[in-house]
Amino acid sequence: MSTGTTKLDVVVSDVVPVNELVTRFHFRRRDGELLPTFSGGAHVVVEMRDGERTRLNPYSLMGSPLDTREYTISVRRDDVGRGGSLFMHRSVKPGLEMVISYPVNLFSLDLRAKKHLMLAGGIGITPFMAQTAQLAGEGGNFELHYTCRTASLGTYADVLRERYDRRIRLYHDDREERIDLDRLLSTQPLGTHLYVCGPAGMINWVRDRAASLGWPSEAVHFEHFAAPQPGLPFDVTLAVSGKTIRVGEQQSLLEAIEAAGVDPPYLCRGGVCGQCETNVISHDGKFIHNDHWLSEEEHRSGKKIMPCVSRFEGKSLVLER
Amino acid sequence: MGITFRKETFRDDFTFKNSPEHISRFPFPFHEDAYMYAVNIEPHVVGPKGSVLENLIDVDEHYVAEMQDRALVLAEDPLRCQSLPHMTLAGWDLLELLMEQQALGYPEHFTLTRDGDRWRWINRPLGIDDTFTFGDTSTLPYGPMEYITRQSQGDFCILDQRDGNLWMDAGMVTTQADWSLDFDIGMNFFEWHAPVPLAHEKGIFTRALKFLTNIQQGKPARRLNWTMTINPRLDTSPENYHKWGPDRTTVTPENVGDKVHLRVELQSFWRLPRSNGIVFPIRCYLIKMDELVTQPKWARRLHRVIRDLPEELATYKGLTRFRPTLVEWLSKLDDGSVTSPGFGPD
Repeated sequence: MSTGTTKLDVVVSDVVPVNELVTRFHFRRRDGELLPTFSGGAHVVVEMRDGERTRLNPYSLMGSPLDTREYTISVRRDDVGRGGSLFMHRSVKPGLEMVISYPVNLFSLDLRAKKHLMLAGGIGITPFMAQTAQLAGEGGNFELHYTCRTASLGTYADVLRERYDRRIRLYHDDREERIDLDRLLSTQPLGTHLYVCGPAGMINWVRDRAASLGWPSEAVHFEHFAAPQPGLPFDVTLAVSGKTIRVGEQQSLLEAIEAAGVDPPYLCRGGVCGQCETNVISHDGKFIHNDHWLSEEEHRSGKKIMPCVSRFEGKSLVLER
Repeated sequence: MGITFRKETFRDDFTFKNSPEHISRFPFPFHEDAYMYAVNIEPHVVGPKGSVLENLIDVDEHYVAEMQDRALVLAEDPLRCQSLPHMTLAGWDLLELLMEQQALGYPEHFTLTRDGDRWRWINRPLGIDDTFTFGDTSTLPYGPMEYITRQSQGDFCILDQRDGNLWMDAGMVTTQADWSLDFDIGMNFFEWHAPVPLAHEKGIFTRALKFLTNIQQGKPARRLNWTMTINPRLDTSPENYHKWGPDRTTVTPENVGDKVHLRVELQSFWRLPRSNGIVFPIRCYLIKMDELVTQPKWARRLHRVIRDLPEELATYKGLTRFRPTLVEWLSKLDDGSVTSPGFGPD
């Protein structure tokens, strides 16, 4: 059976510029009913119909899980990406009808934690907006450390400070403020769980330091959706459906497979959930793996690829799709 | 209209019975003349009218009697209901799910009204009319999971999802086929399935776990499981083995039809929205052989399934002692003719 999610028909109820890079979008159900309840850390996949092209990008829900009248997401404009964020910024206006997925949570709070220690970098703040709202409603113990480039790019820093006061610590790159990570990680009470969301470099740094300082891996949680990267076009043969397709420069392999009328299952479209894992039948060339799902050994084996974020350069690639 | 609830017992004098309409809606679990494990999971969507799938949470004529039996089990052994401290939110998720589904499917028996977090729940068959604050445990007589599962047929396991695994961290288990919540509480998916023969080697649990951890909100799934029970006893727990284990020695050719019951579990799997946990309702249906064989196709097929069942499975399901007697009794109802494919009676 397909493991995709149910879809929701929504209308854009508001579009709010937050700062020079980030815009917030509000969605309500078209039929006026309440949206499904969700848990802090959940994302939805937003379908963007851009002329002939359809993009499907995941965004964390950032409203309070207690408020299901509307969902909110925040989108950071990426001028050199594949165009999804530019489409959202330029073409999505209040009143536009869109389709989003049911919420999926791949970055769930561990509710056993005595304390939740959260580390955010840049737009990685969004899942923590929902998680802090959820924990505050239940009287949960949390502390959030948030790194941003400048005060004016500190998306929602003011809102968080107002809501949670001293539970929020801010660090500004332009003032050369840095988290004293080793000290922070060495002074937590037993039963603390660590959550990190931000750029890949930050996630790797935090995970490495946590491991060196003896944190058990099951107490360290991270979310990093790899955005599909643009790259050279390449040709692929889909052996099961008997099709040959070309993956465009700005297209992901998964999008090209879907454009050919083949629908592999997916949930996150960011190399995390494992749903679209695809067997390689043969290849002559090199893989550009960008996912967090396959092991390094699987990456080296040349037998599997995650088409949502990974690409290929070479003469031929045959997939079991 | 509405359901006429039977007055009956699942212990002592064992007055449990299925009405004729209930026999034909019994979820017969064999789609062919043989049985082997498979990852037989399918989407839990509404099925035909008059079947147990007419509503996603089924309420039937045994509801009131089953809830009375559950109360008796809990009075003797409160550890049949446990919820680890981090599972309270999941308990509220389950309360919402069961109230919504029961009110949706059986409006003549159940009513849920909500005004923000002020909820009113009316359960007419059990004479309950409570108003409470959703999320505030102090406004209910029990914790949210215990409160609602004292009013819902079937056992319920709530599984926490973390570290790529599922953990049995809460549950209400009083109608089980010889397993113990008190023993399994806190275990992960592989640990609590450790006693099952053959399936580990076939990689069934690895695949099943992968599927279950990806269950999505609004897309529940289901499967059927089965065993056999002597006398219509809901509580066949390890804790009470001394009460029901010896029943297996009491089967004779004369009493097979009345004593031997096919026990089918309709297991479903639902993603819980607030806690991101999974709830696993295990709904038990019993049917005595005399009732089952009123459907000739089921009689023929059950004979072939039980006769040809691999020895390990017969042992695991606890059939060894009475299998020859049962097979002999069923063989008289099997004329060897072909049975049609699928579950339903002809």
